[in-house]
Amino acid sequence: MLKHRIRSILKYAIHNPKLVTGVCLLLGLVLIGAVGPWFVDSEKARPISVPTNKQPSAQYPLGTDSGGRDVLSVMVVATPQTLRMGIMAGLVGVLIGTSLGLISAYYGGLADTLISGVTDTMLTIPPLAVLLVVAASFRALNIEMMALIIASLSWMNSTRALRAQVLSLKELPYIHMSRLSGLSDIRIIAEEILPNILPLAAAHFVGAVSGAILAGIGLEVLGLGPQDTPTLGMTIYWAMLYSALIRGMWWWWMPPILVLIVLFIGLFLISTALDEFANPRLRKAQ
Amino acid sequence: MKSRYLVRRIGMFFAVIIVAATLNFAIPRLAPGDPIGAVLEVLISRGQAVDGVESIIASYRERFGLNDPIATQYLRYITNSLTLDLGYSVTFFPQKVEDTLMDALPWTIGLLAVSTLIAFGLGTFLGALVAWPRAPRALQGLVPLLMPLSAVPYYLLALILIYVLAFTLKIFPLGGAYTPATKAEVSVGYVLDIINHAVLPALSIVLAQVGFWALGMRGTMVTVVGEDYLALAEAKGLSNRRIFFSYAMRNALLPQVTSLAIALGGVVSGSVLVEVVFNYPGIGWLLYNALQSSDYFVVQGVSFFLVLSVALAVLIVDLVYPRLDPRISR
Repeated sequence: MLKHRIRSILKYAIHNPKLVTGVCLLLGLVLIGAVGPWFVDSEKARPISVPTNKQPSAQYPLGTDSGGRDVLSVMVVATPQTLRMGIMAGLVGVLIGTSLGLISAYYGGLADTLISGVTDTMLTIPPLAVLLVVAASFRALNIEMMALIIASLSWMNSTRALRAQVLSLKELPYIHMSRLSGLSDIRIIAEEILPNILPLAAAHFVGAVSGAILAGIGLEVLGLGPQDTPTLGMTIYWAMLYSALIRGMWWWWMPPILVLIVLFIGLFLISTALDEFANPRLRKAQ
Repeated sequence: MKSRYLVRRIGMFFAVIIVAATLNFAIPRLAPGDPIGAVLEVLISRGQAVDGVESIIASYRERFGLNDPIATQYLRYITNSLTLDLGYSVTFFPQKVEDTLMDALPWTIGLLAVSTLIAFGLGTFLGALVAWPRAPRALQGLVPLLMPLSAVPYYLLALILIYVLAFTLKIFPLGGAYTPATKAEVSVGYVLDIINHAVLPALSIVLAQVGFWALGMRGTMVTVVGEDYLALAEAKGLSNRRIFFSYAMRNALLPQVTSLAIALGGVVSGSVLVEVVFNYPGIGWLLYNALQSSDYFVVQGVSFFLVLSVALAVLIVDLVYPRLDPRISR
């Protein structure tokens, strides 16, 4: 039964060009971080380890920046850091969102009023506004702290969506049936409801990863990212600070931007594909 | 109940503002180190207050009431925030933060309002066409190409646009809001100069947003297309154009307005970064400079202001919404 279900999901996935393209784009980026260190010396991502402002050449395939870093090495080190931060923040955010959505919809009453109220209020507050104050107060953030803080501001969308889903699931006859047959609330949630909201939670996970990376990069471009590890956003910050754009140093600012564009488009394609899986009505639009 | 809806929405607005002010109050106090000490360090590094640091810290603590009980401090902070008293800028010392914000505000509002309206209108229209069975085929292939762009942050597109259109082709200026030497006056030349400087920042916001609105509109339009009342409208012999605009789009538009309220937060923060990229003298540029010079009160002020503007926009959308969908206010 389960085997059959997994097979049908895989079959659906392979025939969905969006999902395949998105996964391929992301795998490409993961490969940069996984295979890159075998070919590129990641020590050269440190400041003043190579001559400054060199054009791309055989020795430095993507040139070097004004701080004396090899841009290719920086990309190899920074890409997995950015992915790690996004996945951590997305995971924590969706876990919080799913639990709150479940509790709020399943139990209703005071819990629902409280959770929905807080969710609606927090949804109106732009995450960047709070992140700014946090990052400016606690200077020297590392990647893990950034991920946790971003996660604490990105659970609202999944809470709202999952609450709505659980509210409609809760009224289906088979749930009434299992309640009448004496199943405990915990078992109904774990065995009857959770499997049915997983596709939606997965779609929101991808969205949350994308949102977390967006917020993280935003902070980094403003110069509030980690100072000791190279990240994609900090690379853009340094490039802007040293006016790489008007000095014609395209090899400095272009690579992080291209990596980010590939990353965001990959995540976008996967999340729309999962959305269509979780919400079949959207498939009509093709 | 019309009045209950109103009270609820306005209450929500103040709840958001108070939560934001509370976060602004609490976060620096949770951080290690003394906020006044940090601000003083900046002043000292500028050579503004060298002698008697101890007594200055004591007098500052007195001046800012940091010796009062925490509840008194909190109440005062909330009252000050609600009356838009945001403290002093450290960099431009005697100037108040709210005055600094007011100088930057017109640029941000102008850029943001125009580009968001263009993107919303264009995106909604294109998204509706994509889901409409009788729309031109070519369009239905073109618009999905725009959609992935909605996932890319505005300022990344902005950097590429600057490189291609301003640096390489020299069609538009590299940044700023006007040519530095020009005099601010009401003349055709000055207005054209401002528009010329605004085209690239606006274009990067519009390009990145159109796909988002198109995607949302497609999603709701799809659910409207199969409805019986469209078949009836057609059977009555109404023109295609009228069915599309007044019957299909009119009804699919509602969720779109809701997401306008939700998306504004992202739009505002995204444009903050566009301003940084373009040296555009709005709120974002102010923020960037404040961060560079550790002007902490301005950072806090900008943060509060972002929340305030989004909450205000949401409130306006909520108040307009019952006019679009009469079911809401009942």
